[in-house]
Amino acid sequence: MYQHISQYTPVLLFFALAIGFGVGALLFAYLVRPSKPDPEKLSPYECGIPPLISVRERVPIRFFIIVMLFLLFDVEAIFMYPWAVVYERIGWWGFIEMFLFIAILLVGYVYAWAKGALEWE
Amino acid sequence: MNVTVPMPNLSLVVPEILMVILACGLLLVDLFIPKDRKRVVGYIALAGVVVVGVVTAAFWGKMAQPATTFSGTFVLDRFALFFKEVFLFTTGITILISLKYLEIEKVSLGEYYALMLFCTLGMMIMVSGADLIVIYLGIETMALSVYVLAGFMKFDHKCTEAALKYFLLGVFISGILLYGITLIYAATGSTQLAQVAAVIKEKGLAKNPLLVLAMFMLAAGLGLEIAMAPFHFWAPDVYEGAPTPITAFISVAPKAAAFAALVRIFYHGIQLLEPQWQILLWIICAVTMTIGNVTALMQQNVKRMLAYSSVAHAGYILLGVLAANQVGVQGIAFYFFAYAFMNMGAFGLVIYLRRENIVGDDIDDFKGLAQTHPLLAVIMVVFLLSLAGIPPTAGFVGKFLLFAAAIKAGFYWLVALAALNSVVALFYYFRIAKAMYMQSPEPLPQLSPGRGLVLALVVVGVFTLFFGIYPQPLMSLAKDTAHTFMMFLS
Repeated sequence: MYQHISQYTPVLLFFALAIGFGVGALLFAYLVRPSKPDPEKLSPYECGIPPLISVRERVPIRFFIIVMLFLLFDVEAIFMYPWAVVYERIGWWGFIEMFLFIAILLVGYVYAWAKGALEWE
Repeated sequence: MNVTVPMPNLSLVVPEILMVILACGLLLVDLFIPKDRKRVVGYIALAGVVVVGVVTAAFWGKMAQPATTFSGTFVLDRFALFFKEVFLFTTGITILISLKYLEIEKVSLGEYYALMLFCTLGMMIMVSGADLIVIYLGIETMALSVYVLAGFMKFDHKCTEAALKYFLLGVFISGILLYGITLIYAATGSTQLAQVAAVIKEKGLAKNPLLVLAMFMLAAGLGLEIAMAPFHFWAPDVYEGAPTPITAFISVAPKAAAFAALVRIFYHGIQLLEPQWQILLWIICAVTMTIGNVTALMQQNVKRMLAYSSVAHAGYILLGVLAANQVGVQGIAFYFFAYAFMNMGAFGLVIYLRRENIVGDDIDDFKGLAQTHPLLAVIMVVFLLSLAGIPPTAGFVGKFLLFAAAIKAGFYWLVALAALNSVVALFYYFRIAKAMYMQSPEPLPQLSPGRGLVLALVVVGVFTLFFGIYPQPLMSLAKDTAHTFMMFLS
């Protein structure tokens, strides 16, 4: 009755292996490496220029809208790739379905455009 | 390999298709309507909801047998139709009570109505979902719209706080729900309710720990929208902070949708786990009723009080789910219409009391209403009587059906507890009545309700009384609903 779960045994093994490798490598390095810290070595950018200001600046909210729109239409494009691959085999209904999908997204696009979400200033 | 996509039977999803066209169209129409005339968008939305309601009702006669489409993932039966009408009715009333309110709050935007229609669409898909994934998609469509609506007054701190709380809890619980679905898939190899049920029966998985765990997670995921204990903590804060029409809406429609989905999953998907979910729901039911009623006793804010009262009502309705018989489903169906009437009415009254600088949601705002607005006080008493479950109101009939179903199934102790709880509930409902009738009014600014609100109050008021005195028409519809729903089960 657990046959569906047993299919995931490789995933579990892989998971254990990944954790084991990470922990093991760090542990091994910790045990064998020499440790001689000094202030220069511990600074964030040992080979670069020292940081001048904090990087936790405020970001204009405009980015937020642009990023959201980008994400939306990017995901739309991702949906179209598998569709395009099997396009010849899924028949007319598959063809129409994609157009319905795009039509609904188009409403969102027109809305965002008309609301001025695409204008920078 | 040729994977032809089968052409689904689209005639069964006509109401949903109309809803998509309406909601998307409304977004576009809204762009061309000037800022001071956004009411028009509301009128269009209302007209659209009425049309979709009529189209949905037209299916009733044809649906004596359930029909499925989209490879069995979408089912249309009378149960789904009945609940769709509940949603559409609630949406219509909410639009009516919003028209003026949004102008008072200075957030009269067309998106409000479009979001409300998307939310209704999500709920319509939810009750028709015969596949856990479809149900989940419906829940998300509904919930995402409701999060935005709950925070619609974006310059109001309480409102944004409410929306954020609701959102964070909602997405967290939705993750749990999704995990429950994956566990069901892991145990049975399908997400389609009919196949899940078949596999459980065939392989004798009724005591499978994975499925029991999944059952807990599904109950938790739907329990948030139902606002049943211990997932009710968001309710008072969100109900208080959200715009009042949206509070009224959240207290009825998503609750009904989540209940419908719960009943469908538990009755049609994992019905062989009944011994397990009966224990779970028994405890939840008892705790939900008691917590809701006892906490409501201590509230000064009417919206918070009604929030706890809606938690308690979720407890009563769980009696019907627990009973797992035809009267139970009939009771749930009937109760949701009755609940829509009385709860929309009670919140409508709170909106009626909304004036400049006064929210109208404190018990003191009801002081002396019987002297200044006698008719309004009478209609509020009708809603309070109905909420308390006293004849001759629709609330009484609904409660009677639920209690009868639970007694028929042998849950005597639970019904006794529910009856006891109803007595407690009387006390806090009548605190409002006491404020209206036995205290003198304070000089307050003039009330200025819109025509939409008055119409909505008249409609729900008349229905509350009418279906209390003559419940037969609604009762027989609910009976047909329950009959076909349970027939499909056997």
